[in-house]
Amino acid sequence: MRDVAILGIGLNEKWGELWDKSLRDIFVEAALHALDDAAVDHIDSMYVGCMTGGMFVAQEHLGCLMADYLGVNPVAATRVESACSSGGAAFRQGFIEVASGVSDLVMVGGVEKMTDVSGDEATHALSAASDMEYEAYQGITFPGLYALMARAHMHQYGTTREQLAHVAVKNHRHGAMNPVAQYPFEVTLEEVLGSVLVADPLHILDCSPITDGAAAAVLCPLEMARKIAKKPVVRVSASAQASGTLALHSRKDLAWLESTVRAAEQAYKMAGKGPKDLHVAEVHDCFTIAEIMVLEALGLVERGKGGQAAESGMTALGGRIPVNTSGGLKSKGHPVGATGVAQIVEIAIQLRGEAGARQVKGARVGLTQNMGGTGGSSVVHILEAC
Amino acid sequence: MANPAGYWREIPQRYRLEAGKCKSCSEMYFPPRLVCARCGSRQFETVKLQDKGQILTFTIIRVGPSQFMDETPFAVGIIELDGGVRITAQIVDCDFEKLAIGQRVRLEFRRIQKQGEAGILCYGHKCVPI
Repeated sequence: MRDVAILGIGLNEKWGELWDKSLRDIFVEAALHALDDAAVDHIDSMYVGCMTGGMFVAQEHLGCLMADYLGVNPVAATRVESACSSGGAAFRQGFIEVASGVSDLVMVGGVEKMTDVSGDEATHALSAASDMEYEAYQGITFPGLYALMARAHMHQYGTTREQLAHVAVKNHRHGAMNPVAQYPFEVTLEEVLGSVLVADPLHILDCSPITDGAAAAVLCPLEMARKIAKKPVVRVSASAQASGTLALHSRKDLAWLESTVRAAEQAYKMAGKGPKDLHVAEVHDCFTIAEIMVLEALGLVERGKGGQAAESGMTALGGRIPVNTSGGLKSKGHPVGATGVAQIVEIAIQLRGEAGARQVKGARVGLTQNMGGTGGSSVVHILEAC
Repeated sequence: MANPAGYWREIPQRYRLEAGKCKSCSEMYFPPRLVCARCGSRQFETVKLQDKGQILTFTIIRVGPSQFMDETPFAVGIIELDGGVRITAQIVDCDFEKLAIGQRVRLEFRRIQKQGEAGILCYGHKCVPI
């Protein structure tokens, strides 16, 4: 297997409600930024992470569409779907293709255009990541499913309502320094706790928003990157993925993300690293409780202690392990298919030392964790500065 | 899923609570499966779920899907039925303030939703505190 590097990265200019831009526009914008950043004039293959172009804009066949509009025909282009971890899963396919020696320059993009439909239709589209017949059928929504996990976690470990809010406060503080973020402003603990209830105990400010956005990265063999890279080279030292049950109710422990545990184990082994070696991480904070549970699953904190991390400042910029310096899904936004690739982009920015006000000083090793559904899929990558 | 066939084929589970019990290791599956995730056996017998259980976790949905607009807000929980199978179900005829983890509930056959433009009436089970 060949070592793999990230040669170029890009996001579309601004995430949010982009009424004047189409699905293809935002994808191509991000992909062009990544191509310019990589300073290459061609690619050999492409993957597009997208959860549900069909339900959000009635468009499928996204590999073909994006290759066409990026002007790279006839290269192979394939859409990868793994719900909210579609981006991470697409990146993993790109990694495998370069590592295997099949292709040298692979573009991996992620995209979601979510605001062409009403909030109600978006809720319905997202619920397709749960068990439609045995969860959504009963009326449960995604905030509802994570609320079930939150209450189980609070019951088992004494996690407090305030501790959940601290995750939102911390991620918005980070996101306020990210010009791409959909909601680049700070929120207070009182504002989170006082915001409208969506699914008890989760309030609207515990939830990531509906977002239009895209992200892209160009991968190549590490050896090639060392010769042609114009920017600091970032190595992909681990790519891992694991699956758990589709339905939350099928899990033995409702407050534990087994698929993330399994993906992280594989990733740490592959990279020869452990949680203590990480300097920065981007994790899937689709809801505040998710970040708390992911920190536990990654071994960054003890089981049951995730609630204390944001509250104590451990995961804030300047803390022991800053988490979600981009603002996370909470503040930066969560265009579901783009999120996994955007996490990679943020860690690459950090490892290159290009993060400006939100730079983690001396960051050399970073991790991304991208999750589909209620944790039925988890993708973990470890990146290192070379 | 606004399709009568899609609804009809789930009727053994929705109406009669039919689960699959692995003949080799006794693991229970609801809905039934073709292969046991625990032991790999493909031999199952059909058994009926118990109709009583306890609340493992719950939430109050304050922003509901459009088919559930009329009953929002409503409570949903994960219920562990006696015998060990867990399901997601609405908790009805209850005071939200009095809901608690560990509370005993009983399943009742109720209308769940109206699906699609044809308005197929879809039934299933909800739970009621005992």
